[in-house]
Amino acid sequence: MSIPSQNHPSTLSIRNLTIEYQVKRGAVQAVRNLNLEIRYGESLALIGESGSGKTTIGMGMMRLLPSTARIATGEMIFRRFDKAGQATGVEFDVMKLNERELRLFRWKDGAMVFQAALNAFNPVLKIRDQFGDTARAHGYLQGEALRKRAYELFGLVRLDPERVWNSYPHELSGGMRQRVLIALGLLLDPPMLILDEPTTALDILTQRNIMDVLKDLRGKLNFSLVFISHDLSLAAELADRIATVYAGRIVELGNVYDTFQNPQHPYTIGLMSAVPTLTTHRDHVSSIPGSPPDLIDMPSGCKFHPRCPLAVEQCKREEPPLIPTTDDEHLAACWRWMDAKQKLMPNPK
Amino acid sequence: MTTPLIELKNVTRRFQVKRNVSITAVSDVSLKIDAGEIVCLVGESGCGKTTTGKMIAGLLKPSEGEILFNGQDITQIKKQDWETYRLGVQMVHQDPYASLNPTHTIYDIMSAPLKAHRKTGGESATRAAAIELLESVDLTPAADFLDKFPHQLSGGQRQRVSIARALTIHPKFIIADEAVSMVDVSIRISLLNTLLKLKDKNGLAVLFITHDLALAKYFAWEGRVGVMYLGKLVEVSPARQLVEAPQHPYTKVLLSAVPEADPERTRQKQRIELRSMDIPSLLRLPSGCAFHPRCPYFDGERCEKEIPELTPFADGSAVACHTVTEMRNAE
Repeated sequence: MSIPSQNHPSTLSIRNLTIEYQVKRGAVQAVRNLNLEIRYGESLALIGESGSGKTTIGMGMMRLLPSTARIATGEMIFRRFDKAGQATGVEFDVMKLNERELRLFRWKDGAMVFQAALNAFNPVLKIRDQFGDTARAHGYLQGEALRKRAYELFGLVRLDPERVWNSYPHELSGGMRQRVLIALGLLLDPPMLILDEPTTALDILTQRNIMDVLKDLRGKLNFSLVFISHDLSLAAELADRIATVYAGRIVELGNVYDTFQNPQHPYTIGLMSAVPTLTTHRDHVSSIPGSPPDLIDMPSGCKFHPRCPLAVEQCKREEPPLIPTTDDEHLAACWRWMDAKQKLMPNPK
Repeated sequence: MTTPLIELKNVTRRFQVKRNVSITAVSDVSLKIDAGEIVCLVGESGCGKTTTGKMIAGLLKPSEGEILFNGQDITQIKKQDWETYRLGVQMVHQDPYASLNPTHTIYDIMSAPLKAHRKTGGESATRAAAIELLESVDLTPAADFLDKFPHQLSGGQRQRVSIARALTIHPKFIIADEAVSMVDVSIRISLLNTLLKLKDKNGLAVLFITHDLALAKYFAWEGRVGVMYLGKLVEVSPARQLVEAPQHPYTKVLLSAVPEADPERTRQKQRIELRSMDIPSLLRLPSGCAFHPRCPYFDGERCEKEIPELTPFADGSAVACHTVTEMRNAE
């Protein structure tokens, strides 16, 4: 499937989104003034460490935040498209939906698969009943028609329908549960699917299977895939674009090939050199000094400056905006992006 | 020939799951680890790597076979030697949020083993020893950490405390079970580097248990990696050799499944397909080679009937596979 260009209207436009969590010590600024387009049909990876705010972004997109969270500012314009990918003209702000409208929005327009695949199920319901629940809530197919639709989806995610349909969640392995959830997420044919750490805590061969299933699905169905991960190689494998998240903001956003070849932000470069791969030489691996910032009491200026080898005076004073770098499609929030690759990449290609 | 620090001789461990049903978590594993050596054990969950680690640490008894520490069978040795062994082998656990007592300060945690084994005399000497240990795992300034509680530390810092605690009694051997998998990616390497530094400085041997082959290669750069499948060691080779020229079909499949952090390379990578995706249950292990129902090299009756032995080759690798052994013997 070709990647729709930036001129095609996006499925979801996130503008100035700020999300805070209220805790005793103060406000945790989990997402800060985020602007992001989820393009029609694209696969977008949100990459970052734990505590960077990437899961909050995903939850925010579905308005599934816990009660301690407050969406301080922002709008999220969602657009509907017809089968051929033409805009239907229907668009609305997800932020303005009431509870009833939200319930219809979830599953139908966007679905999310959570990180802990076992906890996402009701343990006393068989898989068939979990599907039945979701279908009923949306006035979707029932009975035999629903079973047929589910079997079709199980086929797509490479599960044995007969076995899964009548099982309880605990009877399935971690990888199987993850695939059942992906099938359930796709039940109402949503144009947007969000996956939180889809392969974390799974074995190598199971991870490979999930990756292959997702690639397969993207070839067969038309939906935007947003996945949240700390694993750069998963992004390399599956994403069209990569957004690097640090301290609640996107610090780099670009096409996957370009980002890996010409990373612009020191943090992205740091992440790339911090993760050894099968082919890297030991001497080319180095960790990022320091630890992620405290989101309640953040450093001044660029939030990465205490850990950044290129930090200068300006970085301590002013937070850099996310701006185009080498081209319009590759953005970075760094005062020194022009020097970053040359100074920090271990072996420039 | 010098005696290896740890030697496993045909070690098997069974767990009873119901009255007449037991599973074999580790089956006929033999492995030698020398002083100062690094060995990584990799494999999928349920392959027996953690059970192997626990047996070496003396936390589980083998059902069959022997585990030798400095040449002495640990199930036979006398009380005093048992103590030397238990002090000589320490374990760092996976979850730094669960392995430190939340109601104890870092000083309490560090001083308990020092006091229990009378390694230091007096409070101030204990404090000084604790500071030195924390500094050796790169927690600086160490004095600031002593009076903190675990919840005030990040995951990476906790894991450092966990390593420092394992070092209090100067062990010869550390078993690190998935010790960095719960730590943020950006600081994993610095934790591993700390362990490597300690290995060089104190001549520690390390058994590192992980499911991440790339991490195993990084950590055991000059050591060896063992691959386990359903309780058996199927390949043991020098780390870089194992990754660059894997021998056992299971190792090959695993390596071909790992994505690379480079979009062009990872999307063009050649994959080796398994004959079946399903992992057999430990309750009903396949006959012969346990990998045969999934093996891409499956070669008829012999694989179904005979259990292949881990066979050493001249290049330093050891492989348990009929097809590989046959091919290499023919060369």
